[in-house]
Amino acid sequence: MPQDVNIVIGGEAGQGLVTIGQLLSKVLVRAGYEILVTQGYQSRIRGGHNTFAVRVSTERRLAPRGSIDILVALNRETIDLHREQLTEKGRIITDSGFASDAADTIGAPFTDLGPERLWNTVAFGLLGNILGLPPDMLFQAVEGMIGKKHPETLPENKEILDKSYQWATAHVPQDLFTMSGGQDQGDRLMLNGNDAIALGALAGGVRFCSFYPMTPSTSIALNLITHADVMGVVVEQTEDEIAAVNMAIGASFAGAPSMVVTSGGGFALMVEGISLAGMTETPLLVVVGQRPGPATGLPTRTEQGDLEFVLHAGHGEFPRAVYAPATLESCYRLTQTALQTSERYQTPVFLLTDQFLADSYRAIPPFDVEKISPVRTGTDQHLGPQRYKRYTVTESGISPRLLPGVPDHLVVADSDEHYEDGHITEDLEVRVAMVDKRLRKLQGLQGEVLPPGYDGEGSVDLLLVCWGSTLGPVKEAVAVLRQQGRNSACLHFEQVWPLIPAQFLDFLASAKKVVCVEGNATAQFAGLIRRETGFAVSAHVLRYDGLPFTARYILDRLPI
Amino acid sequence: MATIDEYGKYETAWCPGCGNFGILNALKQALVSCGLLPHQVLLVSGIGQAAKTPHYLNANVFNGLHGRSLPAAQGAKLANPELTVIAQSGDGCMYGEGGNHFLAALRRNLDLTILVHDNRVYGLTKGQASPTSEQGFVTKAQPHGAASEPFNPVAVAVTMGASFVARGYAGFLDHLADLMAQAVKHRGTALVDIMQPCVSFNKINTYKWYKEHCYQLTEDYGPTDRDQALRTALEFGERIPLGVIWKTEKPLFEDRFPVLKQGPLFKQELNKEALRKVMTGYM
Repeated sequence: MPQDVNIVIGGEAGQGLVTIGQLLSKVLVRAGYEILVTQGYQSRIRGGHNTFAVRVSTERRLAPRGSIDILVALNRETIDLHREQLTEKGRIITDSGFASDAADTIGAPFTDLGPERLWNTVAFGLLGNILGLPPDMLFQAVEGMIGKKHPETLPENKEILDKSYQWATAHVPQDLFTMSGGQDQGDRLMLNGNDAIALGALAGGVRFCSFYPMTPSTSIALNLITHADVMGVVVEQTEDEIAAVNMAIGASFAGAPSMVVTSGGGFALMVEGISLAGMTETPLLVVVGQRPGPATGLPTRTEQGDLEFVLHAGHGEFPRAVYAPATLESCYRLTQTALQTSERYQTPVFLLTDQFLADSYRAIPPFDVEKISPVRTGTDQHLGPQRYKRYTVTESGISPRLLPGVPDHLVVADSDEHYEDGHITEDLEVRVAMVDKRLRKLQGLQGEVLPPGYDGEGSVDLLLVCWGSTLGPVKEAVAVLRQQGRNSACLHFEQVWPLIPAQFLDFLASAKKVVCVEGNATAQFAGLIRRETGFAVSAHVLRYDGLPFTARYILDRLPI
Repeated sequence: MATIDEYGKYETAWCPGCGNFGILNALKQALVSCGLLPHQVLLVSGIGQAAKTPHYLNANVFNGLHGRSLPAAQGAKLANPELTVIAQSGDGCMYGEGGNHFLAALRRNLDLTILVHDNRVYGLTKGQASPTSEQGFVTKAQPHGAASEPFNPVAVAVTMGASFVARGYAGFLDHLADLMAQAVKHRGTALVDIMQPCVSFNKINTYKWYKEHCYQLTEDYGPTDRDQALRTALEFGERIPLGVIWKTEKPLFEDRFPVLKQGPLFKQELNKEALRKVMTGYM
């Protein structure tokens, strides 16, 4: 059996729980374990109830777990809220002031072990001991985090760390959750989904990003800003999302591979701009990190409720592609794919993620920079002596794209219906020719659709269908079902538009029962499948309470 | 050397007698006097009759959405700082639908020219009040007269500390062309608000009305005195001053991006070694 320990640190914002979590994650990764870090926080700077969860295992984990093995409670509220999630041998670690006599509680004398401002070091020392991590690794992590900024505090931290570690040796039953079997995996990247998207954008050749801050997508832009000067990227925080999308379109028109990052409400403001990108045939990558709506909804929680919105956003008809990454690796890969698709088809392309994927961390092997093929624009600026027509009608619908500012040609783009040369027209025959031209690009897009991943052997009794970040929990649920002897499989879509029925209809038709698992209340993807294929998915497992799926959540709700 | 012929002559969708003709001719004249060739110029417009102007001369054109010419123009300039970028649209587009972008653009101060055809009425949608319509201006949509006080773009721009603020009149072609040329040459965001008669929908602010109310600032006027500039900008009613009302030197927004010192973004190759280093930072 692979080891699998779920640690949840809970407290108020400002109590340092993120520091504990980050220190712990660093050590676990260095010790060669797989981790998945998820954070639950309220939309406020101080106070409120927040959690930092580290699921550590000897195997790759893509989903959080609901049940808790070690609960580090920095306040009483954490105990009240999470006690019932404790596993059979689970333990609460807390200050003796909050502790009861319950057998599941380890009340440590936090006050004796260190001053309140360093309780995170106390908790880290206790946790490190319980997990059987070597003390020198714990200290190295502390040194790495604060050694540069506050070297004067290191001796005090070391003393508290040692004291806490020793206290645990003396008072906590050993071998409760001692980790073993970590594999040396070399240096790994510690990323969340947004980091991976930012790296994918850089690798994909992005040169321009405009944004208006909005949870959960802001950190993509912040990542790009951090690397902007060395990577040659222009990033601008605009006055609003309308400006963001129009600015990115202007930059793209002038030759910079461009992106915007936002979430539902901000994307709603961008929608007219999406249509503009479709009409002017301007490449644009749009990252929508979903959170629960309508309106402001639950700003810091997760959902998959904007699939239909993104599919239909923008008035009028124009082609688009929508990718929905499931993992950090696919965030990185699909961001590059999306940039290339957008450039090739000169149309808006979407990356649809969610707060869970955006904010959860894992350690993964470094990406191979040699393998990248970043988008370049304007590499062929000379079409010959004839007058350049930006919207030349072609069989593929794709017109040669020249850039403005280069001698011997003029580039004219218009949001009005236009002639081939880009100038405004109300000639209705031209209108029809232009609509047909734009929509012909859909045929090319259809030829490049990434097929859904099928994890199963032949026809099965139970097929779980999912898209985007729901892959991890669904795969884990399928593994449990198989252990129980149920012949089950998973069908996962990382591109949700266009859909090519021939790629997956057989899987649906041959399964005895098909269940769609998605993070919304109206089974939007199941509806899309029905619209595109006529196949009616008969059962759903839906989640829209703002929390990410877990395998247990799915298993408890499967119509068996 | 550029000539006026290179900028071409095209049939337009405008009413005979429209103030846009004068503005179009002044623009061509200004571009020629700046020594610019059509391929060096990018005209970015929104929607409205004014926003059609870029279709009637030879230049690169991005005719975008109503109210959104400024974000698109700034994006293009940031992607290729070698382009001479001119955002051009009407009062409804720039000051109404795009009001927030107008303020933000003045604050940023890219090297950009903003030409606003200010006819104080909506033409394309047939005669509703615009942000600059006189209070009491009667239309089908405002049968009791426009209730809101008019927006004073010149005063707002001076107050915002814009780096170049001018007002011209479509009926004074040479004067307007000179203002436009100064605006294009100015290093910074330059606003030229252009008084323009609408022969179809504005029966108040006619050619005759403007001739009676507009006057040109003389050479003794010093546009670098902020207090005087603000007083002049607030003068709008019986007498309307025309000319460069305020100008100053300010750092260019695009100079804050080291990457843009190396020219257009599309000419720059991705640095794989730098990317490898960036990734190492996440270890």
